Parts: sequence; structure tokens; C-alpha cells
Amino acid sequence: MMVYDNPDGVKIGLEIHVQLNKLNTKLFCACSTDYHNSEPNTHVCPVCLGLPGSLPVLNRRAVEFAMKVGLALNCEIVEQTQFHRKNYYYPDLPKGFQITQYDFPIASNGKVVIDGEDGEHIIRIKRAHMEEDPGKLMHIGSIEKSKGTLINYNRSGMALIEIVTEPDMRSPKEARRFLDKLRSIMEYLDVFDGDLEGAMRVDANISVMGGERVEVKNISSHKGVEKAALYEIMRQKNFVRRGGKVVLETRHFDELRGVTLSMRSKEEEHDYRYFPEPDLVPLRVADKVPEIIKTLPELPDAKRKRFKTQYGMADMHAKALTSDIKVANFYEEVAQLVDPKAAAVWVADILKGELNYRDISVDAFKVEDMAEIIRFVSSGNITERSGVEIIRTILDKGGDPASIVKEKGLVKVEENIVTKAVDETLEENPEALQDYLRGKEKSLNFLVGQVMKKTAGRSDAKTAREMLLDKIKKLSPK
Amino acid sequence: MAGWASISQIKEKIAEKSAEEVTASYLERIKKSKINAYTTVCEGAIEKAQEIDDKGHNGPLAGIPIAIKDNISTKGIYTTCSSKILQGYVPPYDAHIVERLKDAGAIILGKTNMDEFAMGTSTESSFYGPTLNPWDKERVPGGSSGGSAAVVAAGEAPVSIGSDTGGSVRCPAAFCGVVGLKPTYGTISRYGLISYANSLEQIGPLATCVSDIATLMDIIAGYDSRDSTSVKTEMVYKDALVDDVSGMKIGVPEEYFGEGIDPAVENAVWDAIQFFEELGASWEQTSLPHTSYALAAYYIIAMSEASSNLARFDGTRYGYRSEGDNWHVMASRTRAEGFGPEVKRRILLGTYALSAGYHDKYYLKALKVRTLVKKDFDIAFKKFDCLMTPTMPTPAFRIGEKVEDPLALYLADVNTVPINLAGVPSISLPCGFTDGLPIGLQIIGKHFDETTILKAAYSFEQNTDHHTRRPQEMA
Ligand SMILES: [Zn+2]
Repeated sequence: MMVYDNPDGVKIGLEIHVQLNKLNTKLFCACSTDYHNSEPNTHVCPVCLGLPGSLPVLNRRAVEFAMKVGLALNCEIVEQTQFHRKNYYYPDLPKGFQITQYDFPIASNGKVVIDGEDGEHIIRIKRAHMEEDPGKLMHIGSIEKSKGTLINYNRSGMALIEIVTEPDMRSPKEARRFLDKLRSIMEYLDVFDGDLEGAMRVDANISVMGGERVEVKNISSHKGVEKAALYEIMRQKNFVRRGGKVVLETRHFDELRGVTLSMRSKEEEHDYRYFPEPDLVPLRVADKVPEIIKTLPELPDAKRKRFKTQYGMADMHAKALTSDIKVANFYEEVAQLVDPKAAAVWVADILKGELNYRDISVDAFKVEDMAEIIRFVSSGNITERSGVEIIRTILDKGGDPASIVKEKGLVKVEENIVTKAVDETLEENPEALQDYLRGKEKSLNFLVGQVMKKTAGRSDAKTAREMLLDKIKKLSPK
Repeated sequence: MAGWASISQIKEKIAEKSAEEVTASYLERIKKSKINAYTTVCEGAIEKAQEIDDKGHNGPLAGIPIAIKDNISTKGIYTTCSSKILQGYVPPYDAHIVERLKDAGAIILGKTNMDEFAMGTSTESSFYGPTLNPWDKERVPGGSSGGSAAVVAAGEAPVSIGSDTGGSVRCPAAFCGVVGLKPTYGTISRYGLISYANSLEQIGPLATCVSDIATLMDIIAGYDSRDSTSVKTEMVYKDALVDDVSGMKIGVPEEYFGEGIDPAVENAVWDAIQFFEELGASWEQTSLPHTSYALAAYYIIAMSEASSNLARFDGTRYGYRSEGDNWHVMASRTRAEGFGPEVKRRILLGTYALSAGYHDKYYLKALKVRTLVKKDFDIAFKKFDCLMTPTMPTPAFRIGEKVEDPLALYLADVNTVPINLAGVPSISLPCGFTDGLPIGLQIIGKHFDETTILKAAYSFEQNTDHHTRRPQEMA
């Protein structure tokens, strides 16, 4: 077995804030979570604005969501909920403290398996705790030039789950793979929509060669985490090489320049003065675990395994089809209608690539259309290349497979037309035929091109080549 | 028309005249007031009263004027906690109890003066200046609900609402010679009560008689989904108004008659206890051994919670706002200029008690003491139906007497704070006078057993006349 020896002694641990944005209401009030297209400060109430005298009331559904997350990450679930106040001053924090979980997180001691540098690799989950999101600061133009700071409290009080891993990732790539896996699990659980702005924010703790860890704060994309980690590893290595000693510090990732910048050293760290939130009473959740387990869906690893056995597809395809729940569901629907193996190839290799290229979701494509394209190709009505062209046309301009085939004249021409074209081509190009027979492989390509030209591209190259070879064999048997 | 009156007396007056005339007469009386008990007077009360006259109202408080402590959120009416930092703050929502009172037909006369953020025992720390005791204007009315007690004593409102974190309803009730109840923790929703120390405080009514306390409780008590600490109870407080204490077992904890108690207070309370015996109850001395630690534990817990509760006042969203080149400077200056010295002292002490390295030594230890204090009560209530003590160790002290000595002021709470630590109910009612100043008897009950203490208080009231005395010039 291949073994990754981690030459720089890289250790990466992540703290991921995931917004449970599939909840209808916020964590401690009844305000709607559907604020992304709304005017600032329209999804607020006395509670999430922290108005004097308001009190929090725990959203029970949020607790269920958090339990689902904990169980999906193979964690132990706490006996009863307990919330603390984390005290600090910041204008986006309307109460001057954040309600969070401290020594009794909802979930702890879990693990997630990723495809690591040397095969399956376990990332341990230290804890997952619930907390409320602060508001959002906004500036007119750049921070430096803005005349002031505007605060939008629509986000204030959104339910977050903060997932803290052990420093088990040994490379930036593994960090990214973990995040991809985590997002995948969250979307499987239907507690999270990763496409919404600010849905997942990451802090990365990075150390090399047994040195102190450096925390890079508030990275907003998986790619950003990978880039920040790459930069930070290089920076720390160079620093140590020049005789420096890495100290505990917090750094900020400048996404545009791809560098990390020092924010504050550990000495300046806050004392958050945690104490139990007196306005919330503990909620016993331990008894509910069996019930929640029953609601857990099939998760990515299990689905990947099942796809391989049930549909007989390659692991590579099973992995590609199960990383995104939407793609997985899409595939299974297509597989009901056409040959599952062909469907796997089409969805994993072709459709997914076209979607990624355009950065759009599989929602943009109809199951029925995918099935029809596969049917057209496998019945020999159209070529594979035409199948790809139909997918591209639907994604870019819309339409349905049948009318696109008609409009573009993609129906594969009858074989006798190809036979005729082959005969004509060989008759018209005796030199090329001779060249080929003398061993000049390239001449065959020329002949294939001629056949295609005669059929106006409606036959595919593979057929043309096969028929040419067939004919040549008949003409000059050896 | 306005003046010292019970709800049923006011109802008669409304029937005779009108709600409008009754409200107008109170507003008139408030205008002439010399005790500085209101921070805001609601001129709009007249219209509300007219509405009741015009349309009629079948609520139990239809047309009854009421005063509300300035730390309870009232939609459209200034709510400042008697602090500069909330100057100009007009809440967009009503506290749960305000909704209930309005539904019952009550007319809000205004907001009452208090110690800034309810931090005090004298109402002297108010940004609006001290409220004067109607019995002696050189003396404090007690605190922190000093305004709420003084308006009732002075006949500037028949009933009022206060809040009690460590004695803030009972202390001014005792000093002003009125009745005040601190219910069991969880009985009345705190939604809309601006928090000082969440785990200790309860809203409580003040009135001239026990019967009005029960009437108010039937309206304002009860479960509210917006307060997670609120509890479902099926209590009818009016049912407790029975003149019968025969067989009642009274415990008298010796620790509540300790050092510094005024002999006149001690005598009056003992007289009251003996009077209960005449009425058919029995009493026995007992001990609540952890009482001496209660005061320190109370102040650590209250200040710790306060340091966090008051963090939201930073000038960003509402209330007073100072200037500054950036947010941190603006917020710091707002807090430096907006809070008074006692509030700052408690924020600093609370911040200290919660800080890394001190948290276990102070905050955690205080929580342990709290458990022990609770246990004292649990044990005592296995034997007794209720406990009786002086509410305050002395009658009302002079204005300015303890301002410079916060510790002396904190010591005045020694008989009231253990009750908040334990979360049990307790009522203060007049049981005598010394040099023209009222003395309060405190009756403490079991969790959710307001019935017993209301019954005891009602029986005492029915058979004595202390509650009928009123301040000289107010009569
Ligand atoms: Zn809200």
C-alpha cells in the first residue's frame, strides 16, 4: 500500500462554521431565514436585534438539525443542551455577547473518512457546537474609503453549527477534500444549502514540523482554504529555515493576493468570560437520538458503495456521482429509465463536466432529457458527439433533445449512404489508398475525413473508419 | 378622587363618574407631586380612558390606572431604566405583562423611577435624581423599585408593577408602607423586563392591599412561550384570599434578626408573629445556616450576569450615543458617559468575577453557595408552611446617608437576597411603624406556593390596621 510520509510534518485542523440555512426560522427567534434577496434589516425582531428586555427561545428544529449533523459525523450526542454566553464587543454583535455552546457541545468525538494522500484517511471530529450568527458589516466602496460602516442584522441570529476537527489533515489537498466531503454530507442531510452566500466559513490551524500552530481566520471558500494552507506552509517553512520560530498567532487570508497577514498575537487574545446563558433552560436530547437516527438519509460513503454493487459501475464513477446529493438523485432517476451503466458514464463523465464548466447545478437539466439523449445514442440514431452537442445546447440555449436533433440535423445518416461515400472516396483517391496500404497510417485519417465530408459530418468518425477498413480489407485481402 | 385606593374602590369611582375622570385626577395629582417618582408620565392615558368609557371594556382592570417600572418595555413609551444610556429609547414592543395589563383594560399612567438598571436599594442612583419617601421626604423610598412603591404610597397610582432581583419590590414596599410580592422564579414572564440579573429576578406587583396583589397576579402571571424560564401553573391567586391561618406552621429564622437590626423593627416583627399565633398559627425558631454567605454570593452572581447583560448598550442601535472617530471609541465613550458610577462598579466587579483565573474562585463558588442556600430553604419548608422575617433590618434611611458607602448599602439587602437565590416567593406587608416610618414584615413561601403567603398576609391585614395608615400630607 502507498504510504504518504508527510515530509514537512504538516498538520492542519479546521474550524468550520456551517449555517443551518435550511431552517425556516432563526436559532432563537421566529424571524425568517429567507433574507438573501431582501433589503437590509428587514428580517429582524427584538430578539435578534438584542433589544433591551428581549429573550431567546431555542429553535427545537435547529437542535434536531444539529443532532443530525453530529450523528452523520459519527459523533456522540450530549445528554442535554447547554448554552453559554461568549462575551465580546463588536458592532455586528447586538447583545455584546454571542450565545454559543461551551463545555457541553451538542456533539463530540466523531470522524469522517476522506480520500487522503495515500488512500482512505480518517479525520477526527473533536466537537460540533451550536451558536448564533452575528450580523454583517458592510461598507460603501472599500473599507478605507467608506464614510462609515453599515450594519445589516438580517443574518443576526441565524443558526450555525461549528465543527472543529483534530489536526489530522496532512496537506492542503486533504483539507480541501475534507471540506468537500463535509459539504456533501451537509447537503445530504438537507440542513444546508452551500450555494447561499456566507453559508460556510472556515478557520484553519496550520503547523509544520512540530512548530506552533497559526490560525488563519474566516476563509470563505474551499479553494481559498487550500490556497491559504499552501501559502502558510511555505511561509512557515521559509521562516523556520531562516532560523525563525513560529509563534501562536492569528492571521487573515487576503483572497485576492493569495497571502496571509498577521492580525494579532496570542497575548492579545480575548478573555470571553464564558458563563451559562441564564435565559435558556437545558433541553434533554439524549432520548431523541434513536428517533433522529431513523431520519438520517443514506450518506455519501454508503451511497458510493451501493452504486458500485447495484449498478455495477466503476468506483471512480460512483465517487463522482455521489459527492453531490443532487447529482446522485439525478443519476438514479436516469438509471430507472435507461441502461444504468451508460447513464453512469453520461452523467459522471459528460454532464457533470459540462455543469462544472458552467458552474451550474444539475437542477438546470431534466432527467427525461438526459435519458432521451442516452436512448438516441444507444439506438444508434445519433452519434456520441451529437449527444454532447445536445447537452451543451440545452445548457446554453435551452430546448429539448428531439427538436435539437431535428433543428441541427443530427440524425445519423443511413449506413448505405456511408457505404456509398466510402466507395466514392476510395475510387476518387487511389493514391491515398496506395499510401495507406504501403503503411502510411496518416492516409487513413485523410480518407476518413473525406467520408465525413461527403456525409456532411452526420456519420461519426468511428463508423467511417470501421467501414473504410472493412472495404479496404475486401479490396486487398492478404 | 385620586389617592390611596384599592382596585375595587377605583372601580366604584369609575362606575360613579368615568374612567376618564379617574385617570385625569391621577394625572393631576402626579403633576403636583413633590416626590419625583415618575420618569415619564403618559398624557395619552386620558385618551385610553376615554376609549374605555366610550366602547366599554369587560377586562378585570377596565379603566384602572397603573404605574410601571421604567425597566419594563412599553411600546411607544420611553423605557430608560433611569439611565442616561437609554435616554430617548422608545421600545417598539410591549413586555408580556404590559400586553396582559392592556388586555385587562389597565391604563398606564407612566413609568416609575428606579435605581439605574435596578442596581440599588434606595432609588438614589437614578439618572433622574432620587425619589423621595412619601412618609418623610428626607428619606429614601427604598429600591430599586422606589418609584413604584412611592407612587402607591403617595396615591399617585392605585397599583404598580416593579421588579425584584434581590429585594427590589419588597424593600421599597417595606420602606413606603405598601404591599409588594416577589413571586416564585418562573411565575411571571420576564419577556420585556430589561435584564439586570436574569437568573434572580422576577416582576412583582405593589398595591395598598393584599387583595389587589392577588388581582394583579391573576392577570400578569402565567406561562409565556417567549420566556424559556417561565412555568405553566394553574393557580388562581384570588382563591388565596381567605382569612384563616389556623394550623399554619411558621418558621422564624434566627439569622434574619442579626447584627444591625433596628430594635423597633425587631419588636414590630415579633409582635406580628405573636399575633399570628393569636390567629391560630404556631411558630418556632429555626435556622437557615448558609444565610451569612448569601449576600456575597448574590452580589457576585448578579454583577456577573449584569456585566454581560449591559454589554449591549454601546450607542450603536438605540439610546444615548457619544462621538468618536471609530466604533470602539464611540462605544467606549458612550458607556463612560452613559452609565452612572454604581452601574460601572457592578459591571467592573462582574467582569472581574467572570475573568479567566477568577471565574472558579468567585462565580463558580457563588453558584455553589446558591445551591446551599436553596437547600436551607428546602429543609426548612419540610417543617414549616412559611417563614417570617423583617423585610428590611431598618426603616427607611436618610437620602445621602449611604451613597458614599456601597458596602453599607449592599448590607441592607441581607434579608431579601437569599429569597432570590432560592427562587422562592416572598411578600412584604406593613406590620408597624417607628417614628412615623413604616416597617415591613416578610413572609416567605415554598416554590409556587404563593397561596400560603397570600393567605397569611391577607389574614394579617384583615385583623390589623397598619395598612390603613397613610402618609400625613397624602391622606
Ligand atoms: Zn428575530
